[in-house]
Amino acid sequence: MTTTPSALFKRFWPVGAFVALVLLPYSGITIPGLFDGPINSPGALQVLALCLVFGGLAAGYDLLFGRTGLLSFGHALYFALGVYGTDILITKYGYPLPLAALLAVLFATTVATALGAVALRVHGIAFSMVTLAFGQVGAILVARDPGGLTGGEEGLSLDASGLPGALVGVVNTVNLYWIALAYLGLVVVVLHRVAQSPTGRVFAGLRDDERRIGVLGLDPYRFKLVSFTLSSALAALGGVVYLLLAAGASPHVASSDLTLTLLVMVVLGGPGTRFGPVLGGVLFTYLDHRLTDFGGSDAVDALPGVLAGPLSQPLFVLGTIFILAVYFFPGGLAGLGTRLTALRRAVTPPPRP
Amino acid sequence: MSTIVLMTVTGLGLAALYFLVASGLSLVFGLADVLNFAHGLFLSVGAYATWWAAGNLPGAGPDGWGFVLAVAFGVLAGTVVAALVELVMIRPLYSRTIEQVLVTVGLSLAGVAALQAGFGADPRPFPRPSWTQQVVTMAGARVPLDRLLLIVAAVAVLGALLAFLRWTRYGLIIRAGVENREMVTALGIDVRKAFTLVFAIGGAAAALAGALSGVYFGSVSPTSGASLLIFAFIVVVIGGMGSVLGSAVAAVAVGLLQQFVNYYGTSGAGDICVVALLAVVLLWRPAGLAGKAATA
Repeated sequence: MTTTPSALFKRFWPVGAFVALVLLPYSGITIPGLFDGPINSPGALQVLALCLVFGGLAAGYDLLFGRTGLLSFGHALYFALGVYGTDILITKYGYPLPLAALLAVLFATTVATALGAVALRVHGIAFSMVTLAFGQVGAILVARDPGGLTGGEEGLSLDASGLPGALVGVVNTVNLYWIALAYLGLVVVVLHRVAQSPTGRVFAGLRDDERRIGVLGLDPYRFKLVSFTLSSALAALGGVVYLLLAAGASPHVASSDLTLTLLVMVVLGGPGTRFGPVLGGVLFTYLDHRLTDFGGSDAVDALPGVLAGPLSQPLFVLGTIFILAVYFFPGGLAGLGTRLTALRRAVTPPPRP
Repeated sequence: MSTIVLMTVTGLGLAALYFLVASGLSLVFGLADVLNFAHGLFLSVGAYATWWAAGNLPGAGPDGWGFVLAVAFGVLAGTVVAALVELVMIRPLYSRTIEQVLVTVGLSLAGVAALQAGFGADPRPFPRPSWTQQVVTMAGARVPLDRLLLIVAAVAVLGALLAFLRWTRYGLIIRAGVENREMVTALGIDVRKAFTLVFAIGGAAAALAGALSGVYFGSVSPTSGASLLIFAFIVVVIGGMGSVLGSAVAAVAVGLLQQFVNYYGTSGAGDICVVALLAVVLLWRPAGLAGKAATA
């Protein structure tokens, strides 16, 4: 095996990127245009941490969509179980954070196994519809506020007195950033390990041709259920981290729109690739934040009303980018590199003999 | 007794809305294999176009024939938008099912945002003809007329759709296409023209549902389409993809179940019962009540 510097870089750049992200809060540089304050200001760190959480969530969703070929529209349910489950156990029952988080994730995983066992009885688009319907039950339950647990439309803010002191207050945003980064790292490592394992190859086989897996004597149903459960558990864990960041739960986390945005992130980034979904999640979340500011800026207000109106809606801009991406960049951002290389090769004249 | 009559009529009114949205979804899915998330957008377009026409279009107004004209304008707008969506956005992705779903997802996100930008996120009061607010006495129950209007409209659309599917050439092509699209193509028939037609029909029905839901709820908001759409999806799956009659039966079942359980149980229990019904039907008959066949 050759160990040229470029091969070493190819192998270890994710580790380098991770270390750089860990050290990022120690630098006080200001990047004009990207963030309003220095990069280690609480505001910037909060946005960065949100980006990292959604990067992890998108990667977890990609385990289902990009790697196993299951199009679920109910992923928000398991995320919401993580968010609301932890929140309710801490705020309403006074559990300590680690125990509440553990119980919420375990509960979400159990629910995912049970519902997945039903939903996976049907195939293709019907599976998508059933997951959509199950997800909708979650959204309805959250909105109807059963027993005064979820707070209905108002949401449920997190009771900070039950949390460790290092996670409370604006000055401690950096700790939340590190937690979000740890979550993203965990998801990426888990997915990488799964993809390398025999189970991961079966997932890829299911995505490409399910009948073939059946012919090989393996049970597609069981493997799909494993993928569904693992992906949902990762989403619930992401819900715990999101709850700490947002300091509360809002009904939006259970809505089908959340699943749709995860899908958009994955497709923008590149389904089934190692870092594409992470990239898509980070970029989408960042743009969603920045476009809200951009939409209210003077530059947009100065435009004629026909343009200014839609441009002030982040979802309009992102939805349009998404549609264009489906047509023109089918591999997402991750596929862009290979496409550009092919393009460059096509336009450079061949060397003369 | 009077409560039961009122609940039945209200449930049937809700079923009428579900059917108007679901019939188009079902035909589009049955024929073109497109799971259309943008269908809620057609509904919203119809509602807003009616709302706009009632206030601004000469000759149209909130009452009498003016209102009929306003609704006609709304339905026309929904039809045109749906046909354009098929021609411009769905057709280039022909036979790439997942990409088609993705495009309609993007369209539903962007479309709702565009409506919010144009008309604001808050619900707008909808012009309703004064006669829809009156009540008639039926079997001892005082029934608001707007519910009867919904039911009559849905039955008329159902009759027209069934007649179209059974007795016209294009209806025959659509029925055959739902059953076996490759065979229809092999016989030298351009089935894609039927795709556009089915989208236009679905858009018209959804836009009518939008206008009527405005009358029923008294207001119109950019997200009103999305909430109806999820239950319409459930109706389509229960009824069987591609079956208009199946959609009608499923819509009645879902509307009545939802209404009665929500009234006699706790609020929200009806919605959950509907999802339970979906799970039961799918486990029992994975292809839905009618299976995949355009019954006419």
